[in-house]
Amino acid sequence: MGALFLVAASFLASSVEMVEASTIVLAVGVSREWRSTLIGVGSALVALAAIVAALGPALALIPIDALRLFIGTLLLIFGLQWLRKAILRASGYKALHDEDAIYKRELAEARAARSELRAGMDWYAFTLSFKGVFLEGMEVIFIVLTFGTTQGSIPLAALGAATAVLLVGTVAVLVHQPLSRVPENGMKFVVGALLTTFGLFWGGEGLGVAWPGADAAILMVLGFVLVTASAFVFALRRTRTEVTAAVRVAGGPALD
Amino acid sequence: MGSLRRFAAFWYDFIVGDDWILAAGALVALGLAGALTRSAVGGAAWLILPLAAVVVLWLSLMRATRGR
Repeated sequence: MGALFLVAASFLASSVEMVEASTIVLAVGVSREWRSTLIGVGSALVALAAIVAALGPALALIPIDALRLFIGTLLLIFGLQWLRKAILRASGYKALHDEDAIYKRELAEARAARSELRAGMDWYAFTLSFKGVFLEGMEVIFIVLTFGTTQGSIPLAALGAATAVLLVGTVAVLVHQPLSRVPENGMKFVVGALLTTFGLFWGGEGLGVAWPGADAAILMVLGFVLVTASAFVFALRRTRTEVTAAVRVAGGPALD
Repeated sequence: MGSLRRFAAFWYDFIVGDDWILAAGALVALGLAGALTRSAVGGAAWLILPLAAVVVLWLSLMRATRGR
């Protein structure tokens, strides 16, 4: 159960980050110039590899309980942030993440930006693609290292992430368009629940909490988090509908 | 903005994000569970974590949707 869970969690989380990175790279490449864009992508990958080479062995030196508590705390904070955003989007309080709209906005900004050719490079394209890949890649690295270290298998976490990177990367190259059909909002909801669950579980383990059923408690906590988060979506949707109706009756402007 | 402030702002945004309540609440929840683990009712410490997490999440959602 643990191995499958680890690969699936790492795959899902990394897929979301890859979709976002590919949208930025596509928009910059199409609107500016592909050579500088791809050099930016390559440079970001080299920088990320250097971070992995530095961080990976360092993590192995930290006592496992301290590491679990530290990583669990970070995962819990990230998970709650993702869940909050996903719930606000699902209940209509925040606009849905729309890769098409983001692609169009990036495209317009890149086209409007001044062309800055130095040493045969478009530095605007380089910087934008470097930043996009580096920042999203940092999140993938964080997920792989934290999931892998705490579950005792970085290779399995890396397998899930590598599969996501290859799959999303290949599809992005083939369709040459933002991957707007990927159900990103739904995936973020699930990933938020997974990060929260792992954060609670590992944070608790680091503190010496005795979970009933040991590793099987992960499923129980995940179920609880998913059901509660879904209930929050339902409750907020209902509140929003009622407020909208009340505003309409009062003759005020529509909220949606 | 100085590079040190930008660096700090990047990490604050990366870790704390949109609502500091979530980060603070996560720390309080883990602190409570840790304290409970070392008490006479340590066996029930695991219950605190998921319950505290959903309470913190709900508080943050209420803050985000208040007046909207």
